[in-house]
Amino acid sequence: MPKLTIDGREVEVAAGTTILQAADYLGIEIPRFCYHERLAIAGNCRMCLVDVEKSPKPVASCAMPVAEGMVVHTDTPQIKKARGGVLEFLLINHPLDCPICDQGGECDLQDEVMAYGFDRGRYHENKRAVKDKDFGPLVKTTMTRCIHCTRCVRFITEVAGVPELGATGRGENLEIGTYVEKALSSELSGNIVDLCPVGALTSKPYAFMARPWELKKTESIDVFDALGANIRVDTRGNAVMRVLPRLNDDVNEEWLGDKSRFAVDGLLRQRLDRPYLRKDGKLQPISWSEALAAIAAKVKGLGGAKLAAIAGDMADCEAMTALKDLFGKLDSPNLDCRQDGAKLGGSPRASYLFNSTVAGIEDADVLLLIGTNPRVEAPVLNARIRKRYLKGGFSVAAVGPKANLTYKHEYLGDQTAILSAIADGSHPFAAVLKAAKKPMLILGQGALARVDGDILLGLARKIAETTGMVADGWNGFNVLHLAAARVGGLDLGFLPGAGGRDVEGILAGAEKGEISVVYLLGADEIDMSRLGKAFVIYQGHHGDAGAHRADVVLPGAAYTEKDATYVNTEGRVQRTNLAVFPPGEAKEDWKILRALSEAMNKVLPYDTLGKLRARMAEVNPLFAGINAIAPASWGSFGADGVPAADPLASPVDNYYMTDPISRASRTMAECTARFVGCAHKRTGTNG
Amino acid sequence: MLSDKDRIFTNLYGLHDFRLKGAQARGDWSGTKELLAKGRDWIIEEMKTSGLRGRGGAGFPTGLKWSFMPKEVGTRPHYLVVNADEGEPGTCKDRDIMRYDPHKLVEGCLLAGFAMSAHAAYIYIRGEFIREAENLQVAIDEARAAGLIGKDACGSGWEFEVYVHRGGGAYICGEETALIQSLEGKKGQPRLKPPFPAGVGLYGCPTTVNNVESIAVAPTILRRGGAWFSGLGRPKNSGTKVFCISGHVEQPCNVEEEMGIPLKELIEKHAGGVRGGWDNLLGIIPGGSSVPVLTKDICDTVLMDFDSLRDVRSGLGTAAVIVMDKSTDIVRAITRLSKFYKHESCGQCTPCREGTGWMWRVMERMCTGKASIEEIDQLDDVTRQVEGHTICALGDAAAWPIQGLIRSFRPELERRIREARANARAA
Repeated sequence: MPKLTIDGREVEVAAGTTILQAADYLGIEIPRFCYHERLAIAGNCRMCLVDVEKSPKPVASCAMPVAEGMVVHTDTPQIKKARGGVLEFLLINHPLDCPICDQGGECDLQDEVMAYGFDRGRYHENKRAVKDKDFGPLVKTTMTRCIHCTRCVRFITEVAGVPELGATGRGENLEIGTYVEKALSSELSGNIVDLCPVGALTSKPYAFMARPWELKKTESIDVFDALGANIRVDTRGNAVMRVLPRLNDDVNEEWLGDKSRFAVDGLLRQRLDRPYLRKDGKLQPISWSEALAAIAAKVKGLGGAKLAAIAGDMADCEAMTALKDLFGKLDSPNLDCRQDGAKLGGSPRASYLFNSTVAGIEDADVLLLIGTNPRVEAPVLNARIRKRYLKGGFSVAAVGPKANLTYKHEYLGDQTAILSAIADGSHPFAAVLKAAKKPMLILGQGALARVDGDILLGLARKIAETTGMVADGWNGFNVLHLAAARVGGLDLGFLPGAGGRDVEGILAGAEKGEISVVYLLGADEIDMSRLGKAFVIYQGHHGDAGAHRADVVLPGAAYTEKDATYVNTEGRVQRTNLAVFPPGEAKEDWKILRALSEAMNKVLPYDTLGKLRARMAEVNPLFAGINAIAPASWGSFGADGVPAADPLASPVDNYYMTDPISRASRTMAECTARFVGCAHKRTGTNG
Repeated sequence: MLSDKDRIFTNLYGLHDFRLKGAQARGDWSGTKELLAKGRDWIIEEMKTSGLRGRGGAGFPTGLKWSFMPKEVGTRPHYLVVNADEGEPGTCKDRDIMRYDPHKLVEGCLLAGFAMSAHAAYIYIRGEFIREAENLQVAIDEARAAGLIGKDACGSGWEFEVYVHRGGGAYICGEETALIQSLEGKKGQPRLKPPFPAGVGLYGCPTTVNNVESIAVAPTILRRGGAWFSGLGRPKNSGTKVFCISGHVEQPCNVEEEMGIPLKELIEKHAGGVRGGWDNLLGIIPGGSSVPVLTKDICDTVLMDFDSLRDVRSGLGTAAVIVMDKSTDIVRAITRLSKFYKHESCGQCTPCREGTGWMWRVMERMCTGKASIEEIDQLDDVTRQVEGHTICALGDAAAWPIQGLIRSFRPELERRIREARANARAA
């Protein structure tokens, strides 16, 4: 390990470390623009110049590896002058429009100029102006502000894997842009807004909405997919202004999908802000007490077999616990948290988890994708697969939907028979898996949410077992969920009890009149027309499919409006924090159920969040361990048999609209029109 | 003065046949097999003995550069890349070597490539050199047909191939790492160093990039011995060099001369002297557009080699001598060079991208005197903020001519400013 001296302080770091990293380690600040620890080194901003003894010229510390005995100075008069010079160069063609720039207050250039810049300009020539580019509905460009650090180019090329950004022209005519004007087609494009050190790339929906110093920042968890990305919710007053990713190397590193980032305008639209009761065929506003009394009256006297509850994709664990306990008191076994009918659940826990963990993808050497398109189902996880792919020595094959996955992969087809062939070893890819040290498979909901889902689950287990995916210290069997609520629901056992009905059974029962009351906890993705004459209670935050069908609407809280627990696809228990209060009369979901239990005279034994969480830990001890993941033990699961011949497809055909919030979002509607809608509707005769 | 027997480029003026037959008559390709048989270490040692310093401008010892290549070939092949992207304003030596004496270059490629265990050489030739590329290709084809290169080069058992790649005409692609980028099909932008090309170069493999002249003189050096070459010129500045004399001289020309020849002698003997006589001289740029201009009093005595010119705060560069007599508008001349560097900056790193345009705009005003006296110092300061702070040497190249102008012709700049002020007041 080389030892070097920076500003008189000795430090020993691993070989290959750069001077800048070594200085960071010592807490010595070196200003930088183009350097970003998760992107390739460009060394082009020249802000990080330092003096190295015996070197005739100052060196760019971001790119210079340390060497034994190196003596580095970061605070000599020459270096201060060089930094000032670089800032002066950056500023000569940078507009001084900070007062109208959305980056103002969180701008690297502003900060560095405050710290290292000169106090006046010496440039009296005309400034350069650059035409703005159209990067689509999410990223706003003000290219005159660009300082050409190429972070966005490197992110889009390396991490997002869609080489659509680049620099054209040279010298002072160098411009960042898409070579041919087009919207960025990546699901991760919003991250370049965070990466841009100046105001050249800003968020289009957030344009001129708020200043960073006006915002209250709340750490939370994203629920738009099952990855559970760590986020920060920025609010002003009682409105969510924006969502930014938070650092978590185990989950999302520092990236966030576009839906998670930009769908939050949906939180202000189509909201259920007071209870409703259907009278004379129309939903009429009523008071909370009337609504709860109406439900209690309806349920009274009905046997448990006549009741059913379905939990939706964004339901939190607290609400599901309360609903499950309430149905326990009502003696009803008809519970399900699998709206899409996925054939998962029960034990062992390993059968429904992403066992390799997201970070574990980087250790794998072969990957088999089954019935999934991770690029639209969990874009940040897909970026992690690409990160592994870029390191080399990683082969990927896919059985299922044909998709552009941003990394090279072998497409084996979409027939279920291929899986049988891999499982019995007759398919050539079985040998590839067997030869691998750490093979893994990712089983998507496209394979599980089918009538023969349990057979496909069994086949996947067989593939995992016969190709050595399950070994000491490694479990390559992974289920990729779509719903943030799903793993939590399965962990809580929000599943049909003894003799209970699953989603299909509930719908069939409601059609036939065997089920009289259906409780939808934010469930919108089921076929509402099959609910027949049942009395439908919808508890949720958006006026979506469920509320339209409901007889009683109980306004709940969205994920930004409650302290709630979610379990991500890896089985990681994480918590959101209340950032804003629910609108109008809406309440936190578990409190609604607690109040309902009182109205029904079936009082739930907890009246604080703490007591409820203690109850959750009682149901499943996993809920006591926040942010941790415990390896799940292996066992037998799935069914034997021959799967149906239907081709495997991904359940997500429009990434931008998958849930009530994103369906209410204007931004997501624009994205759909730009990226999805036109492709769907174009017939060839519409001009 | 160099005697004819010590001349390396005996067909510099195209008076004889450039093809294989003519080249062999001039001694090329003679005993190449025997040279190869002496082995890599001998070749590199002999090059080190010769004291040859790179002819592309920086003057790095060629033998030493070759010795930086890994001794053993690992999993990655080695490559020789020849920089024939001769774009430095005032320089036209490689061009004449390639069109009149291409076999020297091809033979040099084989010997240099063999010395660094490379099986392939890529010659990156400037896009505008159309006839030169054709002649070079003819020479390569002849050499391959004659078995001098190819599967069994010169019967030595060493497989060697030479490829010509034509550039797109960007000045920056003459920078060795930008050249490698361009050769790989990418945008011509210099790479960060380290890693140096000898470790990670073309396609990530060990690579040496040499100037055409450095490679073309190698066969003769090896045939006549490094000691012969080092006996010419001055210590540490040995050998012969092709000088390109242009500008206000009676007969602009390329000429091969001994290193260290007095500048005045070079111009008077070979270029027919300065137009209007030596006393009509205003200044000389001695090494291509990137180096500072010299005033007449320095030109009177200075010797033409790396160290002498460095001592007078200029440089030998590519040895492109640009002579300017007293009719020259020196400020306009340097402004034109500024514009060139502004146009050719790749735009990758900040000081060069922003600084070259700034410097050029101020220079434009200096031409007409629409500036203030303080701005001269400010301009000098800006050049020093660019110099040494960039990824490649283009920043330095843009800064030095202006620094030279301010150092040597400051009274002229001040005079223009004062005159413009007086005229403005009068009007």
